[in-house]
Amino acid sequence: MTNKIWAYIDQFKGEALPSSWETIGAGLALAESLGGGVTAVVMGENVGAIAEQAFQYGADEVLVADDATLGDYRAEAYTALLAKLAADSAPEVILFPTTSRGREVAGMAAVDLNTGVLVDVIALEIVDGAVIATRPVYAGKLLAKVQCNAKPQMVTLRGRAFAKPEADAARTGTPTEVAPALSEEEINVKVVDYATVSGGVSLTDAAVIVSGGRGVSNNPNLEPPGDLDEAGQEVWRAQQGFKLVGDLAEVLGAAVGASRAAVDAGYIPYVNQVGQTGKVVAPDLYVACGISGAIQHLAGMRTSKVIVAINKDPDAPIFKLARFGVVGDLFEILPPLAAAMKERLGQ
Amino acid sequence: MNFGLTEEHRMVQRMVRDFAQKEVAPVIQEYDRKQEMAPFILPRMGELGILGICIPEKYSGQGMDYISLGLACEELEAVDTTLRVVMSVHTGLCSMTLWQWGTEEQKEKILVPLARGEKIGAGAFTEPGAGSDFSNIQATAKRDGDDYILNGEKMWISLASKADYALVTVRTSGNTAKPSGGLTAFIVDLTTPGVTRGDIHGKLGVRAGSTGWINFQDARVPAENRIGEEGEGFKITMSAFDNGRYTVAAGATGLIRAAMEASVDYANERKAFGKPIAQHQLIQSKIAHMALNYEAAQLLYLKAGWMKNRGQRNTKETSAAKWFATEKSFEAANEAIQIHGAYGFSDEYNVERYLRNARGAVIYEGSNEIQQLIQASYALGERKDKPLRMEMPAYKEAN
Amino acid sequence: MNIVVCVKQVPDSAAQLTVDGGQISWGEAPLVINPWDEYAVEAALQKAGDLGGNVTVISMGKADETEALKHALAMGCNEAVLVSDPALAGSDNVAAARVLAAAIAKVEDVGLVFFGKQAIDSDTGTLPAQVARVLGWPALTLVSAIDELSAEGIKVERAIEEGRQVVTSSLPAVVSVIKDYGEPRYPSFMGIRKAARATIPVWALGELGIAAPAPVVAWPEIMAPPQREIATEIITGGSPAEITATLADKIMAEKVL
Repeated sequence: MTNKIWAYIDQFKGEALPSSWETIGAGLALAESLGGGVTAVVMGENVGAIAEQAFQYGADEVLVADDATLGDYRAEAYTALLAKLAADSAPEVILFPTTSRGREVAGMAAVDLNTGVLVDVIALEIVDGAVIATRPVYAGKLLAKVQCNAKPQMVTLRGRAFAKPEADAARTGTPTEVAPALSEEEINVKVVDYATVSGGVSLTDAAVIVSGGRGVSNNPNLEPPGDLDEAGQEVWRAQQGFKLVGDLAEVLGAAVGASRAAVDAGYIPYVNQVGQTGKVVAPDLYVACGISGAIQHLAGMRTSKVIVAINKDPDAPIFKLARFGVVGDLFEILPPLAAAMKERLGQ
Repeated sequence: MNFGLTEEHRMVQRMVRDFAQKEVAPVIQEYDRKQEMAPFILPRMGELGILGICIPEKYSGQGMDYISLGLACEELEAVDTTLRVVMSVHTGLCSMTLWQWGTEEQKEKILVPLARGEKIGAGAFTEPGAGSDFSNIQATAKRDGDDYILNGEKMWISLASKADYALVTVRTSGNTAKPSGGLTAFIVDLTTPGVTRGDIHGKLGVRAGSTGWINFQDARVPAENRIGEEGEGFKITMSAFDNGRYTVAAGATGLIRAAMEASVDYANERKAFGKPIAQHQLIQSKIAHMALNYEAAQLLYLKAGWMKNRGQRNTKETSAAKWFATEKSFEAANEAIQIHGAYGFSDEYNVERYLRNARGAVIYEGSNEIQQLIQASYALGERKDKPLRMEMPAYKEAN
Repeated sequence: MNIVVCVKQVPDSAAQLTVDGGQISWGEAPLVINPWDEYAVEAALQKAGDLGGNVTVISMGKADETEALKHALAMGCNEAVLVSDPALAGSDNVAAARVLAAAIAKVEDVGLVFFGKQAIDSDTGTLPAQVARVLGWPALTLVSAIDELSAEGIKVERAIEEGRQVVTSSLPAVVSVIKDYGEPRYPSFMGIRKAARATIPVWALGELGIAAPAPVVAWPEIMAPPQREIATEIITGGSPAEITATLADKIMAEKVL
């Protein structure tokens, strides 16, 4: 455990979160200046496959704690273990993906280790041997360069801000097994039940997102079923609009997002919300349908590589951020667009 | 002299602004187009205590001062005039009149549920044939044992079809020296047999509200519902307007602000001749007028509110505030449309609704022509306010 | 058992921010209660009955930063405390966690501490878990609902990336809530009157009995994000079929799929 740079691999039920691999990539880049290689840290149950993948993605050392007590993520257990490992080996930098778990473990371990955590970082550089991180603050209105003057420097990386390395099936290694720090009796929190959200690509990991806004209910030509009241009719219309959004998403292999207005109006659950009070996303392609582009929404997707906006209102603020825009009715544009993309993608 | 708003006042502003912006603003255009009042407005304003904001805690009100009432009205009308109209009639004309002139029994029985928002109140003074010429109203009340029998029609009554009670002024005597001396005020339960009411549609503005008529056909109203004495109706009605008018002034101030903010937003975005139109001087002039008029209107109504807090007669100040704010709100809305260009002509933007709403306030609650006559009569020394038999008490903070 | 809720005062989200000599300025924009914290106050007020105690709202900030606390009082919290000391300027999250933990420890018989998910200025979202760690209490973050609560323990639903988790723990515990919890109530008018009149006690480091924790995270530079040169192209055409064909070609050319 000699490497200065560690990469925390976040996993859920034995599957690594894709953004975890970006930590290895970022770690390897730092290692070019700081020396050494990257040690991956994996905690969970039945995570042998993840350890293998960690080698394939470029870690030259993998610490694995594979135990029933770690099957469900409980902050106390994961934090205690990471803090112990770090206290024993004194890495200089530990990189985490900014997932719900990554953020928490980084923050809590920082307390144990008397160090600091730099959260949701979009760029890393080394200046005079110190790691300087760039992170958005005030919902991305400003950027701050931050540094941690204690070691280990805990850094959580924003998803998709750092390149995922290429996996090389030929890279293998022997993981180092470590024991959990707490026994089950010592862990207060118990996970009692779990329900998945209806499938599809996770918003924060998605490379392509198609989002719907309040405009998806705006089609007076649709005849709702007779037994619905007014509010029900509006939601029904919105669901027809979101169907078109979903059709395009399926063709593009995209996740479906929504603006706050659509969520507040009850068209789609909060888990799909993109924006300041929803999820912050940075896909390669973001297609905004019937979304006006309120500041809160832009805060959640403004760093998307390519933004396409479809809106009836030519003055909608979203057009300012869009690479391509269509001033038109999404009910008329989405179906032929899905068909055109399907053709070009050879589906 | 302290021109600042207290922390309490700023919190009231924020609370009412949050309610109006979060819950009403997203749906108001829809209701305005449908010419319907959103069904949640009255219950919600009741629930949140806004309807009883300045009624003392003793009568289940919220115990806030009159400046808070004004600030609340400004925030409500910044979203839509219909919200403020509710305050004008339920709180200004009806509740506050009961509070000022009512007996203890009347306050317990009627003011309490009004303050709680459990019952809704309105003010019924105007008739098909009499508005500004209020002394000549024709609806009558004839004493019959322990009751009065009411006959006649009132028109252009906000919340006519929604209210439970109305403050109604009618003629009880045709034999007085002046016609105004024969009027008497009543608080009428609108479910009384003989009372019918209906809605008026096709108004230019205030379309998301409820305006209607109330018809009395041998409606039997108990004498215990009479407010004050026979013959005091004119004075009571005029003092009711001191409160209704105040809310109109405060609300119109909010409308100036809404027109200004919409104009500033649009002017910063829209480009013409190579730059945002906010950088063109003719546009700047329009916005400057709005800004100035907003400040002045606010100062006028806040002063009236301050005087109310001190228990000082404020007929002149309230009339001035109403005249100024409503006239300037119409101007501001008109210029806001101009700033928006063709978009101002479409209901996709709010400014055309502001104009249509503003036009009403210039007419009602004492037309601006009447307000001018009032101001002249004070300025010419022709009018001196005589103390009323029942004065609105100074604001006393609850313990 | 009593409840504590921690709130932060931040610039209004509509504020225009500028950087002046390394300092962030928000001009005349008001400071308000961090929007996420309103949900935390709402949760605390809803649950006070279950634990049969009072709700104390705590904020750490400058001596005159009482807006957030007053708003929480007006919503219905029973007590408010401002933790303020010049020595705390420049605190990082771990330092703030230690200070808040010390303040929470001073409140009697605390069963639950509520936080909002994150503060909209620093956007780190780690403080609730870090305070829990300093206190040695369980951290239940991203809570969308509290299913059960009594002195014996708590059962919550958490919204994580993959779905909903139901989790239990004993008390005392720290909880951070998300929007799904439920719309925060407006301050009542009577609450506003009481809050405006309240004098809020200030606890400096002396009252907390700790020395200023030394911050280790520094912000050497703050800058505006780089202006992105976006050449917006509005695609027109004679028919939706024509428009979408052009758009599809242009999307393919960007090589983002």
